[in-house]
Amino acid sequence: MKKKLLAILLLGSLLGAVLTGCGDGSAEQVTEDRSAANELVVGIAQDLDNSLDPHVVVAAGTKEVMFNVFEGLMKPTSTGDLIPAVAEDYTVSDDHLTYTFTLREGVKFHNGDTVAAEDVVYSIARCAGLNGSEPLVEALSVVTDVKAVDERTVAITIAEPSNEFISYMTTAILPADYDRQDTAPVGTGPFKFVSRAAQDNIVLEKFDEYWGTPVYLDKVTFKIIENADSLVMSLQSGAIDLCAHLTSTQIDQLGDDFNVAEGTMNLVQAMYLNNAVAPFDDIRVRQALCYAVDKQGVLDIAFDGYGSPIGTSIYPAFGKYFDESLIDYYPHNVEKAKSLLAEAGYPDGFTMSITVPSNYQPHIDTAQVLVEQLRAVGVEAKIELVEWGTWVEEAYVGRNFQSTVVGVDASNMTARALLERFTSAYGKNFINYNSAEYDALFEQALATYDDAAQTELYKAMAADLTKNAANVYIQDLADLVAVRKGVEGLNFYPIYVLDLSTVRYAD
Amino acid sequence: MKYAARRIAMLLLTMVIVSLLAFVAFDIISGDPATAMLGTQATPEKIEALREEMGLNRPLVVRYGEWLLGFFTGNLGTSYSYKLPVWQLIAPKVGITLCLSVISFLLIVVISIPLGVRSARYAGGRLDGAGTAINQLGMAVPPFFTGILLTWLFSTTLHWFIHGQFPELTKNPAGALKYLLFASVSIAIPRVAMTVRMLKSTILGEMQKNYVRTAISRGNDRKGVLYRHVLKNALVPVVTFLAQTMAEIVAGGIVVEQVFAIPGLGRLLVASIANRDYPVVQAIVVILAFWVVLAGTIADLINQQIDPRLQLGGDA
Repeated sequence: MKKKLLAILLLGSLLGAVLTGCGDGSAEQVTEDRSAANELVVGIAQDLDNSLDPHVVVAAGTKEVMFNVFEGLMKPTSTGDLIPAVAEDYTVSDDHLTYTFTLREGVKFHNGDTVAAEDVVYSIARCAGLNGSEPLVEALSVVTDVKAVDERTVAITIAEPSNEFISYMTTAILPADYDRQDTAPVGTGPFKFVSRAAQDNIVLEKFDEYWGTPVYLDKVTFKIIENADSLVMSLQSGAIDLCAHLTSTQIDQLGDDFNVAEGTMNLVQAMYLNNAVAPFDDIRVRQALCYAVDKQGVLDIAFDGYGSPIGTSIYPAFGKYFDESLIDYYPHNVEKAKSLLAEAGYPDGFTMSITVPSNYQPHIDTAQVLVEQLRAVGVEAKIELVEWGTWVEEAYVGRNFQSTVVGVDASNMTARALLERFTSAYGKNFINYNSAEYDALFEQALATYDDAAQTELYKAMAADLTKNAANVYIQDLADLVAVRKGVEGLNFYPIYVLDLSTVRYAD
Repeated sequence: MKYAARRIAMLLLTMVIVSLLAFVAFDIISGDPATAMLGTQATPEKIEALREEMGLNRPLVVRYGEWLLGFFTGNLGTSYSYKLPVWQLIAPKVGITLCLSVISFLLIVVISIPLGVRSARYAGGRLDGAGTAINQLGMAVPPFFTGILLTWLFSTTLHWFIHGQFPELTKNPAGALKYLLFASVSIAIPRVAMTVRMLKSTILGEMQKNYVRTAISRGNDRKGVLYRHVLKNALVPVVTFLAQTMAEIVAGGIVVEQVFAIPGLGRLLVASIANRDYPVVQAIVVILAFWVVLAGTIADLINQQIDPRLQLGGDA
């Protein structure tokens, strides 16, 4: 009996030592240590699961993080403007075909080399496909020639005038002939890439030789936590300091240690309709669905009222292209919806499926509300959850779907990035939108150099999508960011990036 | 010896079959690495080109044969999504998941066997009803929920560990093991409950048998008989059951790694399935299958030690 007691005691003390002896502590202690070291840990919900080469990366979540590492000749600002970055200045020739960039003096790569004209030529040529391969960045396929005029001057020639071209010059500048971009990226941004552990973390550090305003933080660790509950618990335990793209439910659980910043996700969330399949090939049916859906109702039920309703494929952060009058083009009206359906030959409604990628909870939540709203006009919708890979293959590429709730983003700050995709000949026109008028407007917009006139044309395109009820537009989701108290300076951008260069610990 | 050799051959065969099934399953489900990699940049032409480049257009048999050949020559291939050799990718995670499994397993054995024996001894006693109720509850609660409760109690409230800040296994082994202990508890609880119940009912069943009556009538006390004779017989099905538990631990680990944000194989497996990263999935599936089959083999060998008659049948 004595022996047993002794064994239990020993085991107990061992366990006690293990549990309490290792010096972990409360959230305050953990975060204080980090703040003293000037380090920040950011939670992200998915790994950067592609090559880190910025010219190859497609995942929005990867671009969001690597925005801190790479810069182009130009760089977007939080207000949606473009400022020179690696370039100091540029001039445009009178025929609008040649852009001459003067490089900023003394810009360094993270490997210590100074940016030379040949690096710029290499980077642009690589994206434009001038070295014989496929263009890595589609928008840059308009480039016909790029050459170094002298050590600090690069001339880029494009095929036809375009006032959007300059916004494509945000494409990252990389050191020439460095072949490990995909695993050990090197750029010119304010943070440099240090390491990455698959499905665990990505570490960035302050780049001391950055040409611009130095960043405040010495080190940033992006921690990958896919599980929504785990993200919240990691914020509470002190393991992470900042996390974007949270839901209102997650925010509610956080408690007093956090400030919540509200920005926009910069996505066009809609129930995208396959315009080529019955019954959505009938404009009356599409319009009926638009009348049947109560956008504000979706926001109130699924998002606690957060989010900005939209009426076309342009979200509010797009400023001059955004037309407020389109939001309520189809006010919620059950009777009108029913009569349109009857007119189209569906007096008793019909059944339809809504395909939703299962990894995007906000879209699933939205679809669930839509099902109820559609039921009120006699349409029985069924949600089909599919994996992301399946969604891409079946719905996006195969165009084999009836309707789908997703969010579409813009790769750069041009209306073209949002609107070109619905021209009838475009390879990624997954909704099979086919409007001759729309195509004609786009042709005109491309051919127009005057900014005001072009803006009007793009706005006409957006209105065309609304009038033809191309999709049931819903909202630009709210981006709720939890920031630990004592951390400040986060700026929101009109594109999907998380800029940490201004984030700092308050004194 | 012959027996052991046969077991090892079985083990290898099982792993080959498992890997083949995983390969075929991947071929059947829609979506492939090319579409997963291209995402919304995908066009039919780009997908076709990438498939060609990655060799995905070749017949299934050829691709599987190539993988199998690589596997036996120690080359697990390169991850599609991380562009790294698969082994380099999974090596740091194997240790973590192995520790998680082993700790869970030890917890189950160390807690459930004494508890099971005791609950059999005091069956029908005052605490028996309460014990059965707690047991029932333990079985019903899924690991992910226990995981959330444990985090709330030990991380959010008591600050015994920092949820989401998993210490590196090589740099801070004590911290890492402590973190894993909490995750292990949530995996272990339902299995402990099941093992206790099973052990209790087998012991009670054995206690009804003639040899027990004989032993007691010869003057042995019930406790002595229980430990000296009954336990040995009752353990055989329990050991087999515990070996099967290894599969459950592995499956539970996949969920619990997500809940506790542990960078183990389970999380990589889930992500790799979503990315259609075949080489990584294949490697992990084979490793996990190896553990499970190995546990079964060890259980059989232990059972033989407990009850040598089992070897005579040779059917294991």
